[in-house]
Amino acid sequence: MNVIESTDRGLYCAKADVYIDPWKPVPRALITHGHSDHARPGHDAYACVKSSKAILRHRLGPIKMTTYNYGETFTINGVKFSFHPAGHVIGSAQIRIEQDGEVWVVTGDYKLEDDGISETYEQLQCHAMITESTFGLPVYDWTDQEEVYNDINNWWSENADDGTTTFLTAYSLGKAQRILQHLDQSIGTVYCHGAIANMNDAIVNSGIDLNPYHKVNADNKADDYKTAIVLSPPSALNSAWIKRFKNPSVGVASGWMALRGARRRRGADRGFILSDHCDWKSLNQAITDSGATRIYPTHGYTQIFSQWLTEKGYDSQPIETAFIGETLDAEPQEETKV
Amino acid sequence: MKHFTNLFLALDQTTKTTVKVQSLVDFFNAASDSDKVWAIALFTHRRPRRTVTTSLLREWAAEKAGIPLWLFEETYHVVGDLAETIAKVLPAKSTASTNRDLSEWIQYIMALKDKDEEDKKQQITEAWESLTADERFLFNKLITGGFRVGVSQKLVTKALAKYLDSHTTATSREENQIAHRLMGNWDPVTISFQDLILNEDPNDDLSRPYPFYLAYALEDSPQDLGEPDDWAAEWKWDGIRGQLIRREGQLFLWSRGEELVTDKYPELARLAEAVGPDFVIDGEILAYGDGMPLPFQALQKRIGRKTVSKKLMAEVPIIIMAYDLLEIGTHDIRDQSYEKRRDQLKGLISDLPLHHDILKLSELQAFDTWAELSSLRDTARERLTEGFMLKRKTGDYKVGRKKGDWWKWKVDPMTIDAVMIYAMRGHGRRANLYTDFTFAVWDGDRLVSFTKAYSGLTDAEFKELTSFVNKNTVERFGPVRSVTPVLVFEIAFKGINESKRHKSGVALRFPRIKRWRRDKLASEADTLANLKALLR
Ligand SMILES: [Zn+2]
Ligand SMILES: [Zn+2]
Repeated sequence: MNVIESTDRGLYCAKADVYIDPWKPVPRALITHGHSDHARPGHDAYACVKSSKAILRHRLGPIKMTTYNYGETFTINGVKFSFHPAGHVIGSAQIRIEQDGEVWVVTGDYKLEDDGISETYEQLQCHAMITESTFGLPVYDWTDQEEVYNDINNWWSENADDGTTTFLTAYSLGKAQRILQHLDQSIGTVYCHGAIANMNDAIVNSGIDLNPYHKVNADNKADDYKTAIVLSPPSALNSAWIKRFKNPSVGVASGWMALRGARRRRGADRGFILSDHCDWKSLNQAITDSGATRIYPTHGYTQIFSQWLTEKGYDSQPIETAFIGETLDAEPQEETKV
Repeated sequence: MKHFTNLFLALDQTTKTTVKVQSLVDFFNAASDSDKVWAIALFTHRRPRRTVTTSLLREWAAEKAGIPLWLFEETYHVVGDLAETIAKVLPAKSTASTNRDLSEWIQYIMALKDKDEEDKKQQITEAWESLTADERFLFNKLITGGFRVGVSQKLVTKALAKYLDSHTTATSREENQIAHRLMGNWDPVTISFQDLILNEDPNDDLSRPYPFYLAYALEDSPQDLGEPDDWAAEWKWDGIRGQLIRREGQLFLWSRGEELVTDKYPELARLAEAVGPDFVIDGEILAYGDGMPLPFQALQKRIGRKTVSKKLMAEVPIIIMAYDLLEIGTHDIRDQSYEKRRDQLKGLISDLPLHHDILKLSELQAFDTWAELSSLRDTARERLTEGFMLKRKTGDYKVGRKKGDWWKWKVDPMTIDAVMIYAMRGHGRRANLYTDFTFAVWDGDRLVSFTKAYSGLTDAEFKELTSFVNKNTVERFGPVRSVTPVLVFEIAFKGINESKRHKSGVALRFPRIKRWRRDKLASEADTLANLKALLR
């Protein structure tokens, strides 16, 4: 029997009787990070890293929760667990599981590059790895992030010169904070959709500093936004909410923007290739560096990625989840409250 | 290629028409005349002759990217665009740029024509290594064609008019004039910008067609169009749109796709010598026998063939069903009213009695009230037509798709309730969703697949279906998955024919998903007998 197996409730460690990011209610859940395809409501008890606590509270309300430091080991029925930075969003973790000398790692969502706000990815060694493969195709090759921030600031600055509102969509947990930390606020004011502002508030209250931001509210006039940038979750693009901005220039910041078709479909003026997931090269590097021989991809192009790994000599099988993971339109945590 | 790449990026980074037009004007100002001609050619779907096959391009790209061919193909399936897939799987540019402009790169590609495979490979991969990902994408597009950047012919025309207006040495031209000049048979390899746009009398091209006037579909009742008396109604024929041109004793037939198809319909050739004035007729190429249109499927046999046998001509006779006259003698009469043009068309055809077997007038249907026309429309299918075309009697002949004077008023398509049994991931913009589905009907207790369909659902529904497919996959066959047969959809289609090639024994025309029947169980879907009843 495997240390971790895939069940209809999610990834399961039988010996310890705990689930990892389960999608149906379970007694005990270890949570890699706060996105809604990983942190679902309804479990009896949750465990996560300390820096994810405020985010989970904000999203799930008063849940029963145990928190750990990164690297801190805890043992359940002889199985050793620990959380390690995944570099995906604030408070994101990989989970290391050691049972009878066999080490497994569940990566959750991750990226190798340091985004300046998420705890930097730690490369673990293991025998078996359950890795995400959201962007597991060789066409996904991320642009240097500094270049992307420059592009965003230049675009904002040009719009501000014309008195055109700049409207940029980004997931409210992760991407929004990452962008906020890299905006050049000498250009104008940063406004956030309520979903993002509330998430920011929760993060700031937990003791993490963020650059200044304003919440969009009903008292604002269209003129307030003339030289501003507005950060909003992708879902707001198709809602009445966006109507308060007069002819904004619309941008989308996402890994999916790497493909022309995805950008054109969105009807966005600009697409910025910025992802909190691994690109093709990073995925392959992380797998090589883990030393693992058994690789189980989940999220995204699992079949294709698994076949590629098999040909490279790995023992590999895709793991299906009930969720399709991150897509262009479906934000992992779809929050509409303003 | 700098100017052209900048133009492409500018066009690709905006959805605003005014910005697109300005980017084109900037390009026309900066580019050489030969680059202008090539850019216009590419935007109007012309491209250099293909000198390298796409299968070789795929092989070389996979090799240079260090990935197996199957992975390249899977990736291409997700991306949906070959030029883009190649541009992005290749490693970053590794050699210094060469300063070739657009037309020089096109010459580079055309010069590969007589080279052997090794030489071609070397030249193509050298080019890839010297280009950025954006430039590479454009370079690949020059080879593969299918260059779409959200620039319509109308936009190019507008930008050219603006450019000529602002340019002191050039002559101004009306947009309509430019649109006309961009039609027809011109070759970017040989034509100059001067000849294409500027020279005064381009009488060299007798075959040049006019831009077609295209109708919008009428969604609701024609009540809103106003007085029935202001409108003429013709049957909407189920053939292909064509423009029949006779000038100086030569005959040309253009299809709507701007393809010269004269040789496919040799029975029309004798019109070249018919008595009377020259003409340009707008009409329908229609399979027609025993005083009745034949089903579209019959015409399809002729569309596909380059050369036509006597046997096929006898089996599928065709006619031109004429409905408009654009030029008579040498006069462009498109600015005259529909009524006046029709009068002249009627006169022209009745003066050609020897040719009425191949040239017919699309008769007007008399009606006093919309209700009367509506009940006549109910007979459209038995007449093998698609409904009515409604045309304003006082309207002129416009360029392109314009609202107002022409409307197509089609009968409802046929429908059937079917069970979804296979799903396949979409291409391009829907690469991460399942969007291509196969549907089945009941034959006893077996489900028999009878059609694929994709268009017709909302993005939210596709997302929901994707999630369904992920949870209900039974088997995988490459990119295709079979799913638990529980969901029912209403499939609409425009026609149905017997087919020996299909398991179900029928083939549909233009099937699409009309709606998701969440209210129906799989057991309540239609049967093969229901489907076959529609054959009549
Ligand atoms: Zn995530
Ligand atoms: Zn995820």
